[in-house]
Amino acid sequence: MIFVEIISWIFIFTGALLGIAGGIGIHRFPDFYSRLHAVGITDTMCAGCFIIGLCLQTGFTIASLKLLLIFVFLFFSCPTATHALADTAMLSGLKARLDKEQ
Amino acid sequence: MKHNLVLRFITKYLFPVIALFALYVQFHGDYGPGGGFQAGVILSVAFILYAMVFGMESMEKVLPLGLLRTLASTGVLIYAATGVTTLLMGGNFLDYDILSQLPIQGQHIGIMIIELGVGITVSAVMLIIFYAFTDRRNYD
Repeated sequence: MIFVEIISWIFIFTGALLGIAGGIGIHRFPDFYSRLHAVGITDTMCAGCFIIGLCLQTGFTIASLKLLLIFVFLFFSCPTATHALADTAMLSGLKARLDKEQ
Repeated sequence: MKHNLVLRFITKYLFPVIALFALYVQFHGDYGPGGGFQAGVILSVAFILYAMVFGMESMEKVLPLGLLRTLASTGVLIYAATGVTTLLMGGNFLDYDILSQLPIQGQHIGIMIIELGVGITVSAVMLIIFYAFTDRRNYD
């Protein structure tokens, strides 16, 4: 049992760490596309790690099934939202800021 | 229109999931969080997503405005008809206890029908508001 607890808390702490990293990235990154990268990490990996950790906490119940369904929904919807944002930005002519242009 | 292939694909598969979740929120409202208002909004969100990706022309083929107006008034009619039914069965207006032999079962049936009417009306009215915002034509 202690083994499952340890793995679940590893997942939860990884999710928290990625959430903090994404938050710092949104503030510190220079342009739209790199900020979008930070948002993508928060959307998928942070939420995914949290949900897997909470699934291990609840065990085989109806709650963990609901958490897994939420995970599947996030797994498909969040990258799509990020893709839509990046696609629209590129089509409307926003250029990424590159290293040479400084 | 080729560039939003990903959006089209994902929308096609997310639409039934969102609609199913709306039905879950609708009919699980007795036992968990949820109810007619929330379910109506979630169902209308599914259609709004469809309209945003596939365009208003195909949306109007699926749900013309006249059908939405009919649905909006149908929900109110269900609500009022439940009240009148309880009046005719000998109770007060919206007195659910009359609807069955057991009062608690009657309350279950009553709240289910009422929430169904609320859900239909809310989702139809949300979509009518969405139509009014997005379409520049004059609806009066």
